[in-house]
Amino acid sequence: MTFLGLYNYWVFIFVLVVGLYAVLVKGNYVKRMIGLAIFQGAVFLLYITMDKVEGGTAPVFLTPFQPGDLYANPLPQVLILTAIVVGIAVTALGLAISIRIKEEYGTIEEAETREIDRQE
Amino acid sequence: MSLIEHLPILVVLVPMFVAPLLAAVPSRGQLPWLIATLTSLLTFVVAIAIAAQVLAHGTLTYELGGWPPPFGIGLAVGPLSAMMLLVITGASLMALLWGPASMNSEVGHEHQSLLYASWLLALCGLSGITVTGDAFNIFVFMEISSLASYVMVSAGPKRQALTATFKYLITGTVGATFYLIGVGYLYMMTGTLNLADMAERLATVSSTAPVLVASGFILVGLALKAALFPMHAWMPNAYRFAPTPVGVFFAACSTKVALFVLIRFDFLVLMPNLPGHADMLVSVLMPLSVAAMLVGSAVAIFERDLKRMLGYSSVAQIGYILLAFSLLSTAGLTAAIVHLFNHALIKGALFMAVGTLVLRTGSSRLDDMAGIGKTMPLTTLAFCLAGLSLIGVPLTAGFISKWYLIVAVLEHGALGWMLLAAILISSLMAIVYVWKVVEVAYFRSPPDNNTGGSPAQRSEAPLGMMIVLWLVVAANFWFGLDTSLLLSLADMETTLLLGSRR
Repeated sequence: MTFLGLYNYWVFIFVLVVGLYAVLVKGNYVKRMIGLAIFQGAVFLLYITMDKVEGGTAPVFLTPFQPGDLYANPLPQVLILTAIVVGIAVTALGLAISIRIKEEYGTIEEAETREIDRQE
Repeated sequence: MSLIEHLPILVVLVPMFVAPLLAAVPSRGQLPWLIATLTSLLTFVVAIAIAAQVLAHGTLTYELGGWPPPFGIGLAVGPLSAMMLLVITGASLMALLWGPASMNSEVGHEHQSLLYASWLLALCGLSGITVTGDAFNIFVFMEISSLASYVMVSAGPKRQALTATFKYLITGTVGATFYLIGVGYLYMMTGTLNLADMAERLATVSSTAPVLVASGFILVGLALKAALFPMHAWMPNAYRFAPTPVGVFFAACSTKVALFVLIRFDFLVLMPNLPGHADMLVSVLMPLSVAAMLVGSAVAIFERDLKRMLGYSSVAQIGYILLAFSLLSTAGLTAAIVHLFNHALIKGALFMAVGTLVLRTGSSRLDDMAGIGKTMPLTTLAFCLAGLSLIGVPLTAGFISKWYLIVAVLEHGALGWMLLAAILISSLMAIVYVWKVVEVAYFRSPPDNNTGGSPAQRSEAPLGMMIVLWLVVAANFWFGLDTSLLLSLADMETTLLLGSRR
């Protein structure tokens, strides 16, 4: 396959690395959660890309099924639905913890919380 | 179908169904604790029944919803899974039995029913990882247990628990997502998620780039979850700031489950099919595990907080397990399996002893333990005995682990001698950090009563706590003498994993 033929995979890698960068580098708890959500979103794209069959339609029976009909593989779509649910739970929990951190420390900057802990 | 056939799914379903009910229970008194403990007891009994079945008949399989694998999700409980189930459910039960006084002192009653509901979900997730034979199912259970774990750690009494949880959440999610990417690539190449089926189909596509990438992602993802050096940064603080009973539960089993997945995935799926995978694995894991052994123990020596010290000690112990695993021999795998079990006993006992001290002193800092050997002699003695097991003194469970590890290492000639030196240095450092506690506890005079709380606060902990603590310490000696159960399970597993390879 050519470089452009793998277009979706390049997007996957780009989005993955952008998300991971934010997770690793940003010092703000909410920004890190955003990074984590982008990072997980990239994986959803990977799964959705791999189930695509060239010329295939959605795996839904609108008309009676004919032998030779092409349709996308539904299994990765189901898997990624599960992973999306997990991702939402993680994001919700992470943001909830960020709120609690804001209540306890009065800031959501990691450097500042560390400074406050050191002064204790 | 009789009840026996449904055992593998029961161990997951029981805590899963009780958890939401428990969340609805009014959070007053000891009722939530009682429900969680009874549920945990039930899963422990189921785990014992599963172990008995596995010992008698070999691997148990179960088809969810009656769909035969590879179409449905199949459960496969091998000897190692059975052992891990015993460790997980046993650790949960012991931590719960030990914990109510400690929990009451750290977490308000109004939060306890939700906390114990999370506990059961973590138990459900960890058990689920060990019984399932499906790669994606492992991810789902991993996230169930991790999400519940984040909630439990964040319930800790100090506000640093929140920042510790955040770090844990980020690392845990990145690890799980890496694992998910790896599984995605493997699915792309094989079209199946069932581990046994995947192992078969992988043979035809083994040299392709996606499979190589997959093995890398899976290794790194699970290493993050298992707190393998240098990916351990989240662990010591998560252990320290979690409510103490939660710390006991996690210290005994949570990172070990990731190691279990790593061992099973690698030996079952990747190793037999990928040419050169074994060499690559060894060249990555062996240096890292040696570094973990040395750095973990060294940092533990200088750590001034007892819980964090145990966390760094766990980093070193995970190093031992992975070193044994990276030898890729029958003896090495046996040593890894034996230490998975024994380390749970050792770290559980140590963490319980420290938790008992914390209950009375109100602090886990080493300096606050001055003279504690005089005011809490039984607890301190329990810590010392568990410490002996950690170091690997004969008659203890730790000795059995070290013995098998050294036997396995010495099979490897000159390299083996170097590894042996690393093991001995790490063990000597373990003596130093256990001794450091002994010195403060016995040879430093206790503070005046004005500064160190009233005399009543600095006496032995409640009887129930002491009984459980000593029970676990006694188990350290029991499994130091009677190794038949453990070795027969380890033996069955090594034949299963390595037999298919040779």
